[in-house]
Amino acid sequence: MKSIKNHFSLIVALFAILFSIEVLIINNRAINAYEVKLASNYSIIVVSNTLITNKQFKSYSPYIATSKELSAEKIISKLQKNISKQNIQLLKLAMPKFYQLKLNHYPTPYQIKTITNALFSNPNITKVQDFSNTYNTTFKLLLLLKTITQIFTLTIFIITILLISKEMRIWQLKHKERMNIMGLFGAPVWLRSAVLFRLAIVDALIASAITAMLFYIISQTRFIKAQLSSIGININIFLPVQDGITLVIISTCLSIILASIIIIGYKEEI
Amino acid sequence: MNNIITANNISLSYNQNETIINKASFTIENGSFTFITGASGSGKSTLLKSLYGALKLDSGTLLIGGTELNKISSKKLNFLRQNIGIVFQDYKLIKEWDVEKNVMLPLIIGGFDKDLSKQQVHKVLNHVKLNHQSNKYPLELSGGEQQRVAMARALAHNPIMILADEPTGNLDDYSAELIWHLLEGANQQLKTTIVVVTHHIPNTLKVRYNHLHIEYGEIYEVN
Repeated sequence: MKSIKNHFSLIVALFAILFSIEVLIINNRAINAYEVKLASNYSIIVVSNTLITNKQFKSYSPYIATSKELSAEKIISKLQKNISKQNIQLLKLAMPKFYQLKLNHYPTPYQIKTITNALFSNPNITKVQDFSNTYNTTFKLLLLLKTITQIFTLTIFIITILLISKEMRIWQLKHKERMNIMGLFGAPVWLRSAVLFRLAIVDALIASAITAMLFYIISQTRFIKAQLSSIGININIFLPVQDGITLVIISTCLSIILASIIIIGYKEEI
Repeated sequence: MNNIITANNISLSYNQNETIINKASFTIENGSFTFITGASGSGKSTLLKSLYGALKLDSGTLLIGGTELNKISSKKLNFLRQNIGIVFQDYKLIKEWDVEKNVMLPLIIGGFDKDLSKQQVHKVLNHVKLNHQSNKYPLELSGGEQQRVAMARALAHNPIMILADEPTGNLDDYSAELIWHLLEGANQQLKTTIVVVTHHIPNTLKVRYNHLHIEYGEIYEVN
């Protein structure tokens, strides 16, 4: 029972850190998926007096992925009843070219402005519609969500580090006596530290397993899947192998650092 | 007989202003039984600490088994300690380990085979009449029993020397008698050098012993 209690305190502290980190990972993954979706729906409309090729558009900005000329047939067909065929031909020749540009990622408002300015460097381009007002609102909303998650993670991280440093002092006192006794009987440093490292690594693995299991269960619930699906995100927000390895690495590193600090701070008592 | 301990003009202190042992010289023969006596605060335990390298000398030279302690590397100091058995007044048992593991400590450090170590542990626990308590934890035992566990730990690896600091200080008569009997046995049968810091030399002792007395920072040999 005492042994479980000894493990419990570090496991809880590690779990809190891993939980906050995993929330950050999952949130970023969901936001990235949403950004990809938004980027695929987002486009810039360009009006030009001359033909512009895909290659030419790409030369204006590396963010431009594709360009597609929009057909003017629909507008012209509406006018066909009132205008003669000859005039329609003239109208077709006189009409500017319309292009829809798709971007290779979800841009920032600044990047949109840069793209717009670059396009206007071509004197034949008369209008660029970037829908920046609507776009900026969505972008700011996502940015707010990201910032809130980061602040939340940072806060939990700081609180947990304080919790761990307190735990560390308790560990220092608890293990100092054993390390001291072992030292008096000639145990080399690695042997004196072995118990501590074993304990730290076992706790790290337990904390990682608990966190991974919890997030796996949460990610598989109908409610979460329905929520994500409703905003068009159809990806696995928790990747068991990738996230599991990340959690194990983070918790193991943290507990090894903790154990190392104890060992570095250890001095033989007289 | 060779000297296992040779001290030349050694001075010891916890801080530079307060000298506890002042330029003392003495020798302890290999395989001998030696008592170090003195009043409370005279420096008996301080001297013993210096013998296992827990306290550095202010000056002088201290040779243990031919190795000068003040110049010893931590690796050599560990090796030296692995060949010494120490009995502390406050037992110094590891609370989270059971009796068997506590006694096995010097054998674990020495890298002995686990099965052989277990056999040896039960042999020495039998000597200290605690075989039936091997699965208990130190805090579940009485003071006398804890000191007997500490004694078993000091004997477990058949050390060349046992250093004991007031080993019977707070013990009941039965445990104290048993401790003296075990120390005598180790000295007589295994030729282990025994150095005991104590207030009183027991009358019942059958073994021939040497006696060093500390007074006002100086060490005298008592005949």
